[in-house]
Amino acid sequence: MDYLSIIFEQVYKILFLLVPVLVSVAMIVWLDRRVWAFVQKRQGPNVVGPFGLLQSLADALKYIFKEMIIPSSSNKVIFILAPIVTMTLALIAWAVIPFGATQVLADINVGILYLFAVSSLGVYGIIMGGWASNSKYPFLGAIRSAAQMVSYEVSIGVIIINVLLCVGSLNLNDIVIAQQNLWFVIPLFPMFVIFFISALAETNRPPFDLPEAEAELVAGYQTEYSGMMYAMFWLGEYANILLMCAMGAVLFLGGWLSPLEIYPFTLVPGAMWLILKILFLFFLFALVKAIVPRYRYDQLMRLGWKVFLPFSLIWVVLTASFLFYFNLLPVN
Amino acid sequence: MIAHSIFFYTFSLIAIISAIMVTASKNTVHSVFFLILDFISISCLFIMIGAEFLGMIMLIVYVGAVAVLFLFVVMMLNVAQQKNQWFAAKDSSKHIPFGLIISTLIFVEIIIVIGGWKYKPEIFDINNSFTQLSVSNTHSLGQILYTDYIHIFQISGMILLVAMIGAIVLTFRQRSGVKRQSYIKQISRERAEGVEVLKVETNKGVRIDD
Repeated sequence: MDYLSIIFEQVYKILFLLVPVLVSVAMIVWLDRRVWAFVQKRQGPNVVGPFGLLQSLADALKYIFKEMIIPSSSNKVIFILAPIVTMTLALIAWAVIPFGATQVLADINVGILYLFAVSSLGVYGIIMGGWASNSKYPFLGAIRSAAQMVSYEVSIGVIIINVLLCVGSLNLNDIVIAQQNLWFVIPLFPMFVIFFISALAETNRPPFDLPEAEAELVAGYQTEYSGMMYAMFWLGEYANILLMCAMGAVLFLGGWLSPLEIYPFTLVPGAMWLILKILFLFFLFALVKAIVPRYRYDQLMRLGWKVFLPFSLIWVVLTASFLFYFNLLPVN
Repeated sequence: MIAHSIFFYTFSLIAIISAIMVTASKNTVHSVFFLILDFISISCLFIMIGAEFLGMIMLIVYVGAVAVLFLFVVMMLNVAQQKNQWFAAKDSSKHIPFGLIISTLIFVEIIIVIGGWKYKPEIFDINNSFTQLSVSNTHSLGQILYTDYIHIFQISGMILLVAMIGAIVLTFRQRSGVKRQSYIKQISRERAEGVEVLKVETNKGVRIDD
């Protein structure tokens, strides 16, 4: 009986985390389209529900009733597995995101490594989908995204090292608490910019959406997908984007800390601050989609390997020397 | 404890079965996918014995980067076809001695390690600093790596760097006739050299491409 109650408690906690994440994924799809439309002086989805808020639900309903077509020459098991992998990986990473000092599902020692590992596994969903479709455009999209995501993971890893040097722990809650006096976005501002751009590339967002560049590759790795499987890819992609925003908020914008520890700000719960920061970062993601034209592939590779990697490596050396010289290294 | 053994046996069963499937499956891409499954279950086993740093690094390095490149190569080159040709050829039997030697070596090594661990526990000096339970796994690894083993650590880093540079030098080739974009040249162009106003004579025209 003891085991059962523990299991029920955990399942309850997991549902309490997952359901809001899934609902907010549906909401940010709407937000993304609205922001995109307003930048281009259009209205965007505004018909279903108040301000078009229920548009994503209507879309989901549409996808559920559409036929799932599995190409006859595809590798069926892997073809079906690919969207499931994408979706699962995008959701399991939320286990370690701290919404408050104690409001975290799994407060593990190596939280940031876990986040990094899960986000680097995300490439498998795309490669599997692209390869199993057994068709030209999906395969080209998969190859592109494999190279792109591996390249930009390297610079994200080096940026994480920068933050870890200032914290001295791999635990996400420790990272948040270390920012009590000063958010890392101020001393490490160049790293924040590079992290933001790398996150765009890591999640295949415009201007780096070459794996699904519609002008060249139809829809990239999703070309052969339809119905609910397409919707799962799509949900996984947006859940990944939210996750990257959460990672940026935790690493640089002080996670669940309020901006100032004074009266009106301390009334707002920590989870609310984290959500506001995630929304702010997502708003920037949506703006970039509307404003910036798509990169060419060689430009993308050049930016990742020849600009971001050396710059963030030099910044690691600078941060380490600064901390060492002024005796600020976190030692426990 | 029961839950612990259930998880242990699940992960190790998955690891062993997928390791067998890596060699047994006909399709090379499937082999790589089984290899990835194997890596993931091994890293779960690492996490179960409390080596969470090693497990995560295994996920990041092997699954996140190395296996992606494996998959990349296997998909791009037609390895499956080559493998079939290789096994169908008459002289494939000449690879058997090498295989036997290597597998015997690996077998003997494993026997030595397991035998030593079983009968002479003192030859495995599990470092005393590692057993301090108050310090996390990552901290104790860092304390050992950057104090007692700093030279070995640095030398292995240098070897990897040299290998990387060597690989780049070996595969690098300068192709002629490729138009490259020079960002500095593009940005430093001024209006004076980019635009030219010409008086065009009627019925003559101008040449613009030189």
